[in-house]
Amino acid sequence: MRFYEYESRQILEREGIPVAPGGFATDAEAAKAIAADIGGPVVIKSQVLTGGRMKAGGVKFADTPEEAEAHAREILALEINGHMPRGVLIGAKAEIKQEYYAGVIYDGIRKLPTFVFSDMGGIDIEEVAEQHPDHIGRGHFSTVLPSMDFRAKDTVASVGITGSELNRLTPILSKLARLFVKYDMTLAEINPLAQLADGTFVAVDAHMDMENEGRPRQKALLKDLGVADEETREAREPTEFEIEGERIDSVDHRGVAGNVTEFDGNLGLVIGAGGGSLTLFDAVRSYGGRPANYCEIGGNPSVSKAKNLTKLVLSKPGVDKIAVMMSIVSNTRVDIVARGVIKACLELGFDPAEKIAVFRIPGAWEEEGFKILEKYGVEYFDRSVSLHGAAKRAVEKIGAGAAA
Amino acid sequence: MKALIDQDTTFIVQGITGREAVNLTRECLDYGSKIVGGVTPGRRGREVHGVPVFDSVAQLCQELGSVPDGSVVTVPPAFTKDAVFEAIEAGIKLIVIVTERIPRFDVAQMVELAGLRGARIIGPNCLGIIRPGVAKMGGIGGPAKDAQKAYQPGNVGVMSRSGGMTTEISSTLTAAGLGVSIACSIGGDAIIGSTYAELMPMFEADDQTEAIVIYTEPGGRMEAELARYVTETGSKLPIVAFMAGRFMDEMPGMSFGHAGTIVEGKADTAAEKIKRLNDAGITVAEEISEIPDLVKDRIGQKVEA
Repeated sequence: MRFYEYESRQILEREGIPVAPGGFATDAEAAKAIAADIGGPVVIKSQVLTGGRMKAGGVKFADTPEEAEAHAREILALEINGHMPRGVLIGAKAEIKQEYYAGVIYDGIRKLPTFVFSDMGGIDIEEVAEQHPDHIGRGHFSTVLPSMDFRAKDTVASVGITGSELNRLTPILSKLARLFVKYDMTLAEINPLAQLADGTFVAVDAHMDMENEGRPRQKALLKDLGVADEETREAREPTEFEIEGERIDSVDHRGVAGNVTEFDGNLGLVIGAGGGSLTLFDAVRSYGGRPANYCEIGGNPSVSKAKNLTKLVLSKPGVDKIAVMMSIVSNTRVDIVARGVIKACLELGFDPAEKIAVFRIPGAWEEEGFKILEKYGVEYFDRSVSLHGAAKRAVEKIGAGAAA
Repeated sequence: MKALIDQDTTFIVQGITGREAVNLTRECLDYGSKIVGGVTPGRRGREVHGVPVFDSVAQLCQELGSVPDGSVVTVPPAFTKDAVFEAIEAGIKLIVIVTERIPRFDVAQMVELAGLRGARIIGPNCLGIIRPGVAKMGGIGGPAKDAQKAYQPGNVGVMSRSGGMTTEISSTLTAAGLGVSIACSIGGDAIIGSTYAELMPMFEADDQTEAIVIYTEPGGRMEAELARYVTETGSKLPIVAFMAGRFMDEMPGMSFGHAGTIVEGKADTAAEKIKRLNDAGITVAEEISEIPDLVKDRIGQKVEA
């Protein structure tokens, strides 16, 4: 879950990391007042959960409160990569001596959190890593031993920093690591971390990501920041179809109908589980099929969950047929899924044999499931037909249907 | 040498009185596994399918008079870390974590402690390990009769980031007459206890294993690590890989399939991983049904060489 920049600033402040003066506004008048308060040149930044806002015109500079107000009005109405801004951040445009980068991320191979530090801040850190590797310091820190401070110091020193800079930067990086751990972050970065004319350091921009698994135990922070439970903060806003999929999953605790994602094709997919869905979605596309959606069913869903998800997919405009496919199941029951998808067809007044292009779920209770499918004349496959084989057949059938 | 588990491996189930754990215990016992005890705090004195339940791992070890080889951990995410610490500190050396949705920092802590104590973690968010015809540790393959259908003993090792696809691939290998030496569902999270590269030495030392099949997805650097391992050690064990989730390359920042399955940069796309695997001499299959023939080819080449 991503945080807006203004939220990341609040997190830095509550953990004792100094930030550049500024404030968050949701309308142009408030932006003007903040600019007047700051008194001097300011920067107005769009608060969106997407990159490239500078290029898109979402960051502007102003010398007077009136100018700040005008810019804020424009930016508040500016959509960037499909995202409307939550508001604007008005920050003091301070005189900066040098820009640094401070970040904490996980290293999945070493399986430890790691500091990332650079004396070349203000630009994309991946670019620095590629072009100026000697300007990047990294250092892992233990998750069970108390080693944070000296590891932070070593990381800063590794890019050649000493003197008062080293002693001022070390606690900032160390505090960043502590908040990374405390708040279940997967990314916490300050870029740029600016050194002002008087030698002190302030965070000018910050970016943080909290992992969803951490949300249940981070309720206090999320409440303080005003982040609602239903805010998913994914890479793109969920569609109505996706919100309905989430609802179907949440009202019934039996089984999982997860990651319901909308696409614009004509073949509805009732597929599972994690790896099976990834494989099947690729397979459908590799044969020229156009999926209407993605989803992951598993964990032994109830008849009603399978039915409701299928109804959602079947009701989506443009869906001609559905394919019901999974990798071999051992926990989920074939007969229950079969019952659910057939019921969905019948309740919507469709002939299951016509609407269900293929059914390929081998495994637990398959004999019982296949009997039901036979009764309704649905074409089904056992494990002797591969996932790709089933996907190919589904694409063939929908192609034939569209041509007729 | 036998990798991970064999007919003598003893293990316990932590959280044994939970609904899923009761099923898992039944399945493993039916398959021939040696479950010597279970732990659920406050349930001492009970039995689950004849397996005695204790309040703690230390208590279990004391009463049984020995430390079991492994533990399957099935407790809820908020309590998993403590349960795994408990197992590690009791001296257990192989821990399969079934639980999903464990916060990443907790996973890092469990894995780091395991490293310090010389224990191995498989998972989290995995279905466990099976040595077909011998024993299984975890829900992998489901009930004994289903597991038997999909997993016949053979000479191919399987490692997979997806539990379900471990069975799909193994079933394909079984149907083709190759069979499976040992299959390991390694887990779908961003940080897992044992990666492909870390498990490779065990498969290499396993006398039954002649080739490896891996199932993989976008996200993370595990495949790059495997490619590097193969290149640097000159490993002779043939590897065939299958990469799912290729469509995700067009959808950076969105997670599908498993918690660790997300394209965040150039290096963790499906396309980049396929390239790295190919460069290291690992064959990447286009679909599951091709895998048996590719494995046969690779084993054949090894014999000729």
